[in-house]
Amino acid sequence: MSAYEMNEDAVLDDDTKDAIDIDRSVGDFTFPENHKYDAGYGLSQDTVNYISDVKKEKDWIREFRHKALDVFNDKPLPTNWATDDLKNIDFDAIRYYLSDGQAPKRSWDDVPAEVLETFERLGVPEQERAFLAGVEAQYDSEAAYSNMKEELTKKGVIFVNSTEGLREHEEIFRPWFGKVIPTGDNKFSALNSAVFSGGSFIYIPKGVKLEQPLQAYFRINSENFGQFERTLIIADEGAELTYMEGCTAPKFETATLHSAVVELVAMKDAKIQYITVQNWSSNVFNLVTKRGVAHENAEIRWIDCNIGSRLTMKYPGVVMKGRKARGEVISIALASDGQEQDTGAKMIHAADETTSNVVSKSISVGKGRSTYRGQVHIPKHLKGCKNNTECDALLINANSRTDTYPAITVRGNQHATQHEASVSQVSEEMLFYMQQRGISEGEAMSLAVNGFINDLAREFPMEYSVELKRLIELEMEGSVG
Amino acid sequence: MSLIVNNLQANIDDSPILKGLNLEVPKGEVHAIMGPNGSGKSTLSKVIAGHEDYEVTGGSVTLDGQDLLDMEIDERSRAGLFLAFQYPMEVPGVSNANFIRAALQARLPKGEELDAVAYYKSLYEKMDILEMDRKFTARAVNEGFSGGEKKRNEILQMMMLDPTFCILDETDSGLDIDALKIVSQGVNAMRSPERGFLVITHYQRLLDYIKPDVVHVLSDGQIVRTGGPELAHELEESGYDFLKEPVTA
Repeated sequence: MSAYEMNEDAVLDDDTKDAIDIDRSVGDFTFPENHKYDAGYGLSQDTVNYISDVKKEKDWIREFRHKALDVFNDKPLPTNWATDDLKNIDFDAIRYYLSDGQAPKRSWDDVPAEVLETFERLGVPEQERAFLAGVEAQYDSEAAYSNMKEELTKKGVIFVNSTEGLREHEEIFRPWFGKVIPTGDNKFSALNSAVFSGGSFIYIPKGVKLEQPLQAYFRINSENFGQFERTLIIADEGAELTYMEGCTAPKFETATLHSAVVELVAMKDAKIQYITVQNWSSNVFNLVTKRGVAHENAEIRWIDCNIGSRLTMKYPGVVMKGRKARGEVISIALASDGQEQDTGAKMIHAADETTSNVVSKSISVGKGRSTYRGQVHIPKHLKGCKNNTECDALLINANSRTDTYPAITVRGNQHATQHEASVSQVSEEMLFYMQQRGISEGEAMSLAVNGFINDLAREFPMEYSVELKRLIELEMEGSVG
Repeated sequence: MSLIVNNLQANIDDSPILKGLNLEVPKGEVHAIMGPNGSGKSTLSKVIAGHEDYEVTGGSVTLDGQDLLDMEIDERSRAGLFLAFQYPMEVPGVSNANFIRAALQARLPKGEELDAVAYYKSLYEKMDILEMDRKFTARAVNEGFSGGEKKRNEILQMMMLDPTFCILDETDSGLDIDALKIVSQGVNAMRSPERGFLVITHYQRLLDYIKPDVVHVLSDGQIVRTGGPELAHELEESGYDFLKEPVTA
């Protein structure tokens, strides 16, 4: 375990601040609430029943929710290892379900005007036309829009929200629902299990390979609200897909809670790539549990970028259950003043010849704080497992902070693991050099940051995120003849 | 129109390094500054470029009449000053092509974009002069470069930015003879009636390839002798020992 901290006082000039700051204002707008269903403030058995009633759920789901509520109430906040800021979440001041009571529309023309305007401002319909195979757009607790290219429906691909998934395709989803991430995994997975709504339930049939990504966009519009989407993606044998999620919320005066559970199942030879660009406004507590199970020769890649939120706690994991399964977590985190990015990866090797790779890069600006927590587990009875872990931190100025807590448990001697960690600072000499070429201090800083994350940034589709584009200088050489 | 350094005094950590330095390099001329280690050669280049570790306590530096000391580091660059570093810095993850492009872009008015096709054409032409491989554009700035590659990269940047005044700080250090020839070719190709050069070097060797018009000797923060190219040869033969004698400037 190692911790790095530099405590000298340093002040960023405005020019530098502007140059390295991300535009978080893109999602900072809101429309008046228009809710038919509102579970009200606070969390109780009544809240759970209210949600189950609105969704007309089967008894087993209702019971699942109630059990989860008990687990949530029993579990303490994990402040013994995580930040005390968690104590500032007022669970009684949150509304756990808000919706206009309308089913998701298959056409943007049918979506209510304000909701349409919201997603248009966020560029979602445009991206759909340009490069997506399907989109689900969630507005507070429910999807307002959900559509997929017709050819995929014909191939048997299922892309629906959690309510519809459990109701219409119970035989497919129930066997895996809550199995990759059990309710009691942690306090927030229990919370999600009690009040989940929305999210994507996806099934890709055997051998079907999606050429274009599916996308979900999670939008919070209402104040004092918690969003608890639930996603379950099953890629059957030999199937392949890329799923992307984005999210924004207006910057309210009060704290907002987002707590998702995402379960992935990659059957034999399947490949799932899950891409997130998280740009929540700086009042959002983003407490998310993400894990996948990779069967024989299957591959799960989590590609994660966290640039928003007040506090993010997220440690995507892969359980490599079948021989030659592969797991990967590629992550970029940017913690600016007032932000804490507590992220990492869990790699659980549970079969021979499994391979995992973790590459994490974090940038701390001003008083921003980034933490990497990693867990790699390779038990004694396995052979031929490999893990590579790299975590690099860049501190923009002297009072930024980064911590690294890698936990690598490798038993037995037939494995290969390597771990590298580095902490660097944008040095005065580097800035002097760049400025001597006529580049302003702010732009020089921005270039240095871009350079730091450049290799990872290529993993993110450029069309996807204007925020990330700001962060990343595209190589233009390829476009020149 | 020229670089004029007038009675320049500068400290680092409160100890004086430059002690009233006077220098005038007219446009179109190449001046060499020679001097023993610790005489203030590199300090002079950094003070002119605006390094924040040095505190200017007196005097002035003007380039074509513009007060350099009043400008930020990057403003001095855009005003026409180029410094080829003795130890060029690495900028991990930023490709050479992007770095030079950013520097050129910084010279354009707001809202105007650099023409990519013209940029690469110009970049490749200059790389050819310096005998640089095309792969070089995609490599991160100076990362993993040999000493010779770093110095060539400095000259490439100099050629691309087209400055009115160039300071070469110990550009010959760490260069083998072939690299020295190529680097010198690049510099000589840039000599013009519109551009001044200040070549800082410890050894006379570089001056065989870049022929100076004037040679200055720097000692203890002051110019103590000025002469023609023959002065460099004299120093090569008899060393800096004469500096130990009392000197009246």
